[in-house]
Amino acid sequence: MSDSHEIQAHTDALLPDPGHPEHHWRPTDVDPKAERRAERQVATLFGLSVVCTILFVVSYVTLQTGIGGQEFIGLGASNVALGLTLGGAFLFIGIGVIQWARKLMADVELVEERHPASSSLEDRSATVAALQAGLEESGIARRPLIRNTLVLSVGVLVAPAVVMLRDLGPLPGDKLRHTVWAKNMRVVRDVVGTPIRPADLEIGDLVNAEPEIIFGTDKGQPLPSGEVIEGSDLQVQKAKSATVLLRMDPDDIVSDVTRNWSVNGIVAYSKICTHVGCPISLNERTTHHLLCPCHQSTFDLADSGKVIFGPAGRHLPQLPLGIDDEGFLVALSDYPEPVGPSFWERETKSPQAIYDEWSKETGQ
Amino acid sequence: MSVDTSKVATSNTSAATANKPTKVGAAAEWADERLGLAAMGKKNLRKIFPDHWSFMLGEIALWSFVVLLVTGVFLTLWFRPSMAEVTYQGSYPNLRGISMSEAYSSALNISFDVRGGLLLRQMHHWAAMLFISAMMIHMLRVFFTGAHRKPRELNWVIGSLLLLLGTLEGFTGYSLPDDLLSGTGVRAADGFIQAIPIVGTYIGFFLFGGEFPGDAIIPRLYTIHVLLIPGILLGLVAAHMLLLVYHKHTQWAGPGRKETNVVGYPMLPVYAAKAGGFFFITFGVTAVMGAILSINPVWKFGPYDPTKVTAGSQPDWYMGWPDGALRIMPGWESHFWGSTWSWNIFIPVILMPMVSWMVVTSFPFLESWITGDKREHHLLQRPRNAPTRTGVMVAAMVWYAMFWLAGGNDIIAIKLHMSINQITYFLRAAVFLGPVIAFFITRRWCIALQRHDNEVLLHGYETGVIMRSAVGGYSEIHLPISEEKAYAITVRDRGPEGAGEADGPKANGKLTLRDKLRTLYYEDDVEKPTVEEIEAAHAHAAHAVEGGHDDAHAIEGGHDDARAIEGGHGEH
Repeated sequence: MSDSHEIQAHTDALLPDPGHPEHHWRPTDVDPKAERRAERQVATLFGLSVVCTILFVVSYVTLQTGIGGQEFIGLGASNVALGLTLGGAFLFIGIGVIQWARKLMADVELVEERHPASSSLEDRSATVAALQAGLEESGIARRPLIRNTLVLSVGVLVAPAVVMLRDLGPLPGDKLRHTVWAKNMRVVRDVVGTPIRPADLEIGDLVNAEPEIIFGTDKGQPLPSGEVIEGSDLQVQKAKSATVLLRMDPDDIVSDVTRNWSVNGIVAYSKICTHVGCPISLNERTTHHLLCPCHQSTFDLADSGKVIFGPAGRHLPQLPLGIDDEGFLVALSDYPEPVGPSFWERETKSPQAIYDEWSKETGQ
Repeated sequence: MSVDTSKVATSNTSAATANKPTKVGAAAEWADERLGLAAMGKKNLRKIFPDHWSFMLGEIALWSFVVLLVTGVFLTLWFRPSMAEVTYQGSYPNLRGISMSEAYSSALNISFDVRGGLLLRQMHHWAAMLFISAMMIHMLRVFFTGAHRKPRELNWVIGSLLLLLGTLEGFTGYSLPDDLLSGTGVRAADGFIQAIPIVGTYIGFFLFGGEFPGDAIIPRLYTIHVLLIPGILLGLVAAHMLLLVYHKHTQWAGPGRKETNVVGYPMLPVYAAKAGGFFFITFGVTAVMGAILSINPVWKFGPYDPTKVTAGSQPDWYMGWPDGALRIMPGWESHFWGSTWSWNIFIPVILMPMVSWMVVTSFPFLESWITGDKREHHLLQRPRNAPTRTGVMVAAMVWYAMFWLAGGNDIIAIKLHMSINQITYFLRAAVFLGPVIAFFITRRWCIALQRHDNEVLLHGYETGVIMRSAVGGYSEIHLPISEEKAYAITVRDRGPEGAGEADGPKANGKLTLRDKLRTLYYEDDVEKPTVEEIEAAHAHAAHAVEGGHDDAHAIEGGHDDARAIEGGHGEH
């Protein structure tokens, strides 16, 4: 055998190998009493497992699960009993088997020789010869036309698999750029759907809001059934159009854009974080700072929602607010820029630039 | 390979004499005539596995995977992976009458109305935690002891694939119940995907079947979770085991334990009993955890609502690391030509985990490229004997730990009344400085331990017996360590001699990158003593005891005391 076919590591032992240590008999090997005791222990453990299994079945039948069920130290008795008995049934078998191995099975350590991971040189050359013979007989090397067309035909078979994935979902289009907010749509309270008058909010109040269409109404009147948003589409629209209203002292507002889009110190911003899209919810009343609980991005609502801390890269989009003839808060338009997390195709501009474009478009 | 069973418990010896035809024998013959099992059995039934507590870590991972398969199959019997809207009418009063997805409703049903259902859910979740932590600790053990070296590099690659897929499996799993917490995780995942430059929006739309949340993501994650990833995991686990059997397990150096052999207990009966028994223990422990330790109480969070979130939203612990990176990353975004590049998301949660995984996966190849060591290794290395490697892994652990802490920055701030901003700024520096400091401390620590080994080899161990000489000086009695221990310590390469040929200087006289790294890798390594040093030290010790010194009597007296102490120490 050549060198490459022996295990090559040489660890150059400095001292002589004292050899395998002497084997010591255990008490269970030499003392019949100890042996019988160990045997009884193992059998008892297996027996305990059976007891646990029976108790498991008993608990299953007798204990009620869920809210109306019995309690045990503040936990559901059914869950605790089923888990502990099932655990016991398995643990006792495991402990028993290991006890058996440790006390009663032969405990002499044996030696096995290692062989190098590689095959022998003869095996290698035989395999290479077989491979060559096979390839030779197939003629794959001599017939490049067959080989290349085969590679090509198998290669393009990827296409059906890839093409099939096309219908996984629609193309993005401009869906991420729009929400259901629209001109004169009322800003209503989340959950209950009631419209809001500026006087309803005191300075410092934060209100979670939605566009009225989410609740299937328009100016309080039910929408025709075709226009009601339902099912998963409702979830999609809610996920984008969620909004927060905050009333602050108008003098606290720093940026002109924010002031122009506010009503009596009430500002409306997208509730969806511009980082990865968590709904932002923690309001610091005295500073007008809004903090996202997921990754702690913090936005200043007095200053165009600009990022003052955390990993978000971009200000929160602001919703232009107005008041309708009945005195309720309404949107003056959809969000002037895409809400939510970044996407590659997103055009990102400063609040001032967005405002300028918005006023040009809407003439406001 | 017969064992002297003359004294082994008699209950255990009868099998050796069973040679008359039995029913079992007939069945075995029937099977062998069709499957040829004997050839395989001959080779493997008495295969030797060495014993060491640290070899059990991989077993925990294996058996918790089995627990996952068993409990998971049961859960699929009741779970409905659908986002169709239903009104909850189950037995949990706080949510009755509320609209939710069928997935969440069936998760509640499993928790409250299926007997043992909550137990299965909690066992499944705990087993997942156990699976991933055991894989990680197993991986650390393998790396610290050099078990990833030739010929086991590919098994390391399989292992790191298992860790990656196990993590994805965990994520897809905890996203399924569609409660507020899991939905928040999916929401963030959608944000991650959209942050991928150029194709992100499209991947997101294809994965979610449109815009977030849509109605496709839960059924799709379900298929990935119960079919795709477990199938691949099963295949990889099988390959991992087969390679383990083929290579034979590594072992620690010791008397009679060499590179060329493996010493331990045979598969049948001892190893099969211990490993098999350990499955029952793992299952049992998981069941007890499921019984008394509440995990992911989905009913407390309520159904997912894209406009809501709970404070302190945290992913499962193994996702805490990229989540932490995401939290402390500065908010860098580039905008040009009408596009948005979200470095603040793409780098921490997409790029960094991928690059880290690739680096970890290629560790064995990088190391052998640097050291030039292409030999087969079957004896484990003590971490101290590879100071650079040990330092690198400890640095990686600190790196991971800092990101992981960052994943809980809000919890730390609340519990310890600290400023979240300060914690974030501190961790931004600590993720870079921490690993560097850890590397140098660990490396020097290893080198100090190598020095200590030599000290013990040459001058014996400290007995704790202090002698006062006639002239008033104090000294401690040292006694030689046992032959076995001394042998085990000295089984190691002498410096970089085991390494391959160096590249040699380049044409411009400078060292190649590889040679530079190799020099750094072995720098300051303390080599084991030479034969001469050991002989000299032994001669010196004998000389001292024989009494050439003024204080010979004292030492001899002390020697007796030390003997007594040695007796008390038991074996050395």
